[in-house]
Formats: sequence, C-alpha cells, structure tokens
Amino acid sequence: MIEEGRPLFLQIAESVEDSIIDGGLAEEAQAPSTNELAAFYRINPATAAKGITMLTDKGVLYKRRGIGMFVAQGARELLLAERRAAFADRYLDPLIAEARKLGLGPDDLGRLLAERAATTTEGTTP
Amino acid sequence: MTTVIEVNSLTKRYRDTLAVDDVSFTIEKDTIYGLLGRNGAGKTTVMSILTAQNFATHGEIRIFGEDPYENAKVLSCMCFVRESQKYPEDATPRHAFRIARLFYPHWDQDFADRLIDDFQLPVKKTIKKLSRGQLSAVGVIIGLASRAEITFFDEPYLGLDAVARQIFYDRLLEDYAEHPRTVILSSHLIDEVSNLLERVIVIDKGRIIMDEETDAVRDRAANIVGETSAVDAFIAGREVIHRESLGRVSSVTVLGELTADDLARLTDAGLDVAPVSLQQLIVRTTQHAAGASADATAGEPASDIDEGARR
Repeated sequence: MIEEGRPLFLQIAESVEDSIIDGGLAEEAQAPSTNELAAFYRINPATAAKGITMLTDKGVLYKRRGIGMFVAQGARELLLAERRAAFADRYLDPLIAEARKLGLGPDDLGRLLAERAATTTEGTTP
Repeated sequence: MTTVIEVNSLTKRYRDTLAVDDVSFTIEKDTIYGLLGRNGAGKTTVMSILTAQNFATHGEIRIFGEDPYENAKVLSCMCFVRESQKYPEDATPRHAFRIARLFYPHWDQDFADRLIDDFQLPVKKTIKKLSRGQLSAVGVIIGLASRAEITFFDEPYLGLDAVARQIFYDRLLEDYAEHPRTVILSSHLIDEVSNLLERVIVIDKGRIIMDEETDAVRDRAANIVGETSAVDAFIAGREVIHRESLGRVSSVTVLGELTADDLARLTDAGLDVAPVSLQQLIVRTTQHAAGASADATAGEPASDIDEGARR
C-alpha cells in the first residue's frame, strides 16, 4: 500500500485523490480525518495532516469549522485535468523507452495498444 | 513549535571511551522522534542523561527550560522505558503499575488495563518469572499508560513477537492522536517504525549524523542500477554513498533528489532507479561516515542495523 522512496504525505494525498477520481468519495462528501488516515495507513498523524493540508491548498478539500474536511465542488474535474496532463510523462515516456529497447516503433506500439484495449474492454464488459 | 528539550555540546566520557561527543539538538513538543543508530552509538547514554539517570561529563541540557537533576517537577513529566529495566526480587507487574500510578500524574488505569489484556500479561506472576517478551510488555504498558509529556522508549520490543510489536505501534499511534505528547523511540527495526516517526535523529559513534524530518529523508537517495559505464556517466559530479558491482552491472546509491530531467536521462540511458528505504539510507550513511572518518575501522561491516531487523 505504501511504497518506499516517496514522501508519505504525497502518497496519502494521492490515495484520497484516487477515491475522488473513481467516485468513491463524492463532491461535498466528508473526507477521512487525519486520525482516521493515520490509523488506517499506520503512519504518524502529522504526516497525514501534511497530505490533507496539501489537498486543501490545492482546493480539492475544504474545511467546515468544527465538523471536518469535505470534498470541494469541481474537485474531480480539477484532479482529472491534472492527472491527464501528467499522463504522458508518467506512463507514455517509459513505455516508449522500453519499446525502443525491444525494437518496437510507434506503429507497432499503436497496433499493440489497439489490440490490447479491445481485449480489455471485452473482458470488463459482460 | 515549542522546544521541550534542549541539548548543548553534551559530552559523556567513560574512562577512555567517548560515548557522546559534543552533541547538540532540540526536541519539539508533541512530536514522535526516532533515535536511531548502531549498538554502542550512544543512544542509551543520551536518554539516560536526559532523564537524570546519568551525569554528563560536559555540556548543558534543559528540559522544559530547567535542569532535570533532582528536579521532581521535571522528572514526573518524563517516562524512560529502558531495554533492561530492573525490578525488586519479588515484584509483580501489578506492583510496578501501582508505583507508576503514584509517580505519573497523567496515569490512565483503564488504558493500562486494556493494554494488559492486549498483551495478555499475567499481572500476578513475579516479574522474575516472566518471559523476555512479557518483561518488555511491562515496560511498554508503563510507557504508554503514564502519558508523560516526554516518553523515551529504548528498544522497547526485545522478545516481543511481530503481533505484539504491531499492538505496541497501533496503541502508540491511537493514543498519541488523542493525547499528543513527545515520544522518543530508539529502535533497530527502522523499516518497522519509520512510518510512525515525524523526525529522525541518527547517532553514530557518539555524534549526530542526521537530524531531519522523516518525510524529507524519504526521497533523499536513490539506487541507480545498470551497465557500469552508463551508471558512471550518470553519477559524475553526484555524491555517492555506496556502490556494488556484479560483472558489468553496477548498483550505486546517490544522494540528492532526482529531477524530472534526471529521470528522463536515466530512462534514455536504459538505467533503472530503485527507491532507498529509510533503513538502507541510514545503514549506507553510517557506513559512509565510517569510511570518511579515517579511523582505521575500515572493512568492519556496519550491519548491526540489518541484523537487528532480522532478529
């Protein structure tokens, strides 16, 4: 669940973002508290708080005084835009580099991608 | 942040051994610290001086701004759980808890009872007859239930199995969340405790070689693995703290965060990047420090920390 080598607060923030993106945490829903996150991931509460603060600064979460943290309106769109912008760097660049090592060109990649995407869709929709 | 402990040029000498060598640091309120280092690095000496159970040869310490020696007010704010605490001949855990309740103003008996259940500790047996793990449990329960403003745990898990250690970590985090306080945890099991720690202080040969926020250290170093010439080209001008080679493949640990540019270069060169755990980083930094200080201990494997983890 937690990986080595990356700051924990970033990983905590990403885990909350993931639930917002996949709809598990709807807009205007209450986000998990710092202590809940700390207990669940077995980490220091101060570290969890840092992740939450990062999301508040980004406008993904907002605070309702005395109640807790909530998912902001438009948070999902904001996160989707951010993830889409990072998509090429994070996934395509390593893919292209590995393909080049194996002697696969952009056309081969395109074909493979289309084939795989077709089978995966068949696999998931009954 | 409020400082609760202030240490200035602390030195402790036992005859010809320099156990603590001109150490200065501060401890902030309501923070969980890891005090890490090899056996004999000076961790226990520092903690026993801070709790007024040992004398400094030189230097100044302030706990809540005061000198802790024979200072009842300050001492009742501190709980020191020793690795090998001695108890009177015929004492039982129940006696030990009763004394702790008298001594620590924030003692929570309900919490202590819950912990006794959690650790399945026989409270009526004499402490002499307890197993090593049960003896450790007595210390852990006192450390947690005392809710002292500053709690020191010195390798508190000796003989505790993985399940009992997890209970300790979970209860510590839960109770810390509800009752924030300062905790200083000395441990060999760095990977096990690293997620609990907000800051780490690493001691080596009586000196502090690292004093930082744990999360800041986490992406401090990386392992670069690949064909030796490509690795060498990449690491030129960087600080290398460890290197290993196998045939034409090298694995090198470099300090410094990798930029997006670096990552692109690594991918282009066909090199792999692997994360370095806090434990690996500390082992390598300690080895590196040992190599740099030319005092002839070269070749001695600095693997105590690793061994501790496997125990």
